[in-house]
Amino acid sequence: MSLRTPLGKVRGLGSAKSGTDHWWMQRVTAIANIPLVICVMGIVISLTGADHAAVIARLGHPIVTIVLLAFILSITWHMRLGMQVVIEDYVHGEGRKIACLLANAFFCAVIAIAGVFAVLKLGFGA
Amino acid sequence: MVELALPKNSQVGQGKTWPVPSGGRLKEFQIYRWNPDNGQNPAMDSYTVDLDECGPMVLDAMIKIKNEIDPTLTFRRSCREGICGSCAMNIDGTNTLACTKGIDEVNGPVKIYPLPHMPVVKDLVPDMTRFYAQHRSIEPWLKTVSPEPQREWAQSKGDREKLDGLYECILCACCSTSCPSYWWNGERYLGPAILLQAYRWLIDSRDEATGERLDNLEDPFRLYRCHTIMNCSKACPKGLNPARSIAEIKKLMVERRV
Repeated sequence: MSLRTPLGKVRGLGSAKSGTDHWWMQRVTAIANIPLVICVMGIVISLTGADHAAVIARLGHPIVTIVLLAFILSITWHMRLGMQVVIEDYVHGEGRKIACLLANAFFCAVIAIAGVFAVLKLGFGA
Repeated sequence: MVELALPKNSQVGQGKTWPVPSGGRLKEFQIYRWNPDNGQNPAMDSYTVDLDECGPMVLDAMIKIKNEIDPTLTFRRSCREGICGSCAMNIDGTNTLACTKGIDEVNGPVKIYPLPHMPVVKDLVPDMTRFYAQHRSIEPWLKTVSPEPQREWAQSKGDREKLDGLYECILCACCSTSCPSYWWNGERYLGPAILLQAYRWLIDSRDEATGERLDNLEDPFRLYRCHTIMNCSKACPKGLNPARSIAEIKKLMVERRV
């Protein structure tokens, strides 16, 4: 049993003086995702039934490469921010929470790096 | 992790069915009972009230039950007209004030529980200690640096109108205890009622501590646990909009950096 005052518990470690960046970037990436997802869907649909060479040629086009890179970065960034909120909401217990936050950060980074690598490989025609 | 099921000692059982009066317009009230002294799990007691001999509000029926059927039924009430906030409880699945909730608004038996996710002192009485401490933590009083004026701090009519929809809050906690974010993280998230109060001081034209107040709120848990679920605005028995206040605080946070 703690004899700490209720106000002492509520004041706790004080304000983290952060959170606005996280909240703002979640909105910024959400807005960026709208045109990017539409463009990528358009690109994928336009390649329906195309053969391998045609797909490589299209994805290797500089504008398509740039759109795909922006899409991957914006989506994975948004994914990390969103999942972080879910973890902070539902995972209690410091050890488990930090493990989940690390796993989330690493997973999103791996997805982003793998995606960027694949698109660059196509873009530079390796 | 999140508690999806009640712990064993909190599971609600079937309680006592009290005698049904004969004749009249009968209405059943199923009320949560828990006594900290007898070591039993909580239970739902069933009371039947003749509406012809009872006032129109849920609180009227509860007072009648306490006076005439079961004096051990425990709940808070004071003003019985929606201004003190004491009789906040969960009626028919919604947090509201028993004194302003009409019995005729409920179809079937009237189910009454204490405010969700608060420690229960007894029956329908929740422990509000943390909620009040959270209110105190936002320093809900005028803070100024300028020398005290000879008379009152002046405020234009337009600035005074900005407090409409905020000053009416009676701190009944219906909104905060309807918020899932407050359920899961109530020890760190301030909750809609307290954030509405915080906003009431943030936009008071006479207050000179706006920046410090924002500093104090800028926190991933204190403020940003709000995910615009909007249960707060739906629950408020005074028709206020805590979700809007929280959105306005978030806008102020962005405004001071862009």
